[in-house]
Amino acid sequence: MAPRALTALARRGAGLGLTLLAIALAIFALLSLAPGDPLAQMPHTLPPEVRTAMREALGLNAPWPARLALWLKQLLLIEPLALCDALLGTTWAEGAPRLLSWQSHSPVMGLITDRLPQTLRLMALAYAIGLACALPLGLWQAYTHHSRADHAATALTMTAYALPPFVTALLLIWLFSITLGWLPSGYDASHRITDAQSLGHEVKQLILPVLVLTLQITAQLTRHLRASAIEVLNADHIRTARAKVLGPRALLTGHVMRHAMLPVVTIMALGLPQIVGGAIITEQIFAINGLGHLLISSIHAGDLPVVQTLTLLIAVLVVLANLLADAAYRWLDPRIGA
Amino acid sequence: MSRTLWILGVIALALLTAPLLWPFEATAPDLTQRNLAASLTHPLGTDRLGRDRLARLLMGGQISALTGLAGMALTVLLGTAIGLASGLSRRLDPWLMRLTDLCLALPMLPMMLLIVMLFRAPLTASLGDTLGTFTLITTVIALTSWMQTARLIRAEVLRLSGMEFTQAARALGAGPWHLAIRHILPNCMAPLVTSATLAMAQAMIAESALSFLGLGFAPGTPSLGGLLHEALPYLGLHPARALAPGLMLAVIVLIVTGAGEAICQTHDPRGQTGRAHREDACQGR
Repeated sequence: MAPRALTALARRGAGLGLTLLAIALAIFALLSLAPGDPLAQMPHTLPPEVRTAMREALGLNAPWPARLALWLKQLLLIEPLALCDALLGTTWAEGAPRLLSWQSHSPVMGLITDRLPQTLRLMALAYAIGLACALPLGLWQAYTHHSRADHAATALTMTAYALPPFVTALLLIWLFSITLGWLPSGYDASHRITDAQSLGHEVKQLILPVLVLTLQITAQLTRHLRASAIEVLNADHIRTARAKVLGPRALLTGHVMRHAMLPVVTIMALGLPQIVGGAIITEQIFAINGLGHLLISSIHAGDLPVVQTLTLLIAVLVVLANLLADAAYRWLDPRIGA
Repeated sequence: MSRTLWILGVIALALLTAPLLWPFEATAPDLTQRNLAASLTHPLGTDRLGRDRLARLLMGGQISALTGLAGMALTVLLGTAIGLASGLSRRLDPWLMRLTDLCLALPMLPMMLLIVMLFRAPLTASLGDTLGTFTLITTVIALTSWMQTARLIRAEVLRLSGMEFTQAARALGAGPWHLAIRHILPNCMAPLVTSATLAMAQAMIAESALSFLGLGFAPGTPSLGGLLHEALPYLGLHPARALAPGLMLAVIVLIVTGAGEAICQTHDPRGQTGRAHREDACQGR
């Protein structure tokens, strides 16, 4: 790698570190400034001295710099060490104060690693299917733009884009689970895949939640893909390709797609926060035991350590995905310098 | 565009007057009329406290639209202030834009949930249940969705600052405040109205999402999301109870979004000509 690229990478890395620190500080400040009492949900019959002892045990009486330092130390040092312990069998984090959930008294990171795969699977499936639908649809809409079919498809994508996920989920459940009875209306988290039949059931119970997210993603991507493909279709090299009597298929896949794809990478990154919100709601509706479900149930239970860490973690994942999209963009389009 | 505004006006009028025309009160429990099935007097039946479901639906539409309006007003106010400051001040600009980009990249639903969880009890204690939740939700919506407006306004300010009439005003000795309020803001109206309609749709969705997750208005104040939250477990038995608020929300949001696109096409900030061009520009936004 050229030295210039290396310094650019280093600068981006430093910027990323600062960004993540700023998010962590903002979340911590929110929690510290909130006027509510973290123990407000405890029974009112608790004697005051017990309440004081509980506050002491939870570390709530410490001054805020100490609490912040402890949280950052737990996040940056103790939890990674504990991860090493779990993976490699070392004992580096033994006896260190890990981040504990107030609700289950188990390490927060354990809860999160239990739930992370479900959320990632849901979102990865939705994005894969969404992209696979949006690519041909957007390109075809651009090719036939301002035809009647294009207008119909535009109205459809606009509807899917504007509808909130809980309304689409409601309509889909009503149609496919209740009226037609084809698919289960909820997700059975205890289902184990042992043979072909149970695999079939797993696929069936994933269809509706994935579909809710896919509709949103497809609508988001198609609208932008259509706009950018229309722009590409007006370019000089497309006129040349048309002059060579290329059919629509060769034209779109060979000449338009590569150029029209570029902004889509950015749109995927920009739209990710919205899709994450959609995933949280979808998990809640279908009772999928992912991060969103954990977040909502922890909020209802007033479990601050879990909520705090989870909000930070989701933000960090989204910021990292943005960075990845940025790198992908540079790799796809060599005209943009490193 | 005038047609869109007409449709918007009709919807607003319907939302305002319908609860007045309907004979039942949304918040008045009648324990002799509990859990009634749909009938001519109660087209959607009654709930477990004997309140008429149709009256609650109509009031829910009102509350959701009001929250959407207030959330939109706060969002646009905050976004315009930040966009103006960023466009007019060279010193603030890099910092404000960095903040905007950061906020755009963050998933806002978890942040909203966190803020609501932390500030709900104190606010409802001091302002009362409905007003406290209303203040909290509209503020949270504004704090998490000002970014698009700010960016749009900043771009407009930068474009307008280079034009001759602002230079002339500056040459005549106009200060930054005068310039912003008398010369730049009036010329930003078209993109501002566009982003305001879109902000309203987003605010209504955000409010419904919070209420749907059980973190919005208390059950005594029906909003569309809250009604959905109540009715979802009984979707199999009484689909109409969940579908009615869902469809009402969908229709309002779709019309508001459509109005935003129509306004964008009428006043294209990019100054392209031709209907087809403008449609594409507004969709690729």
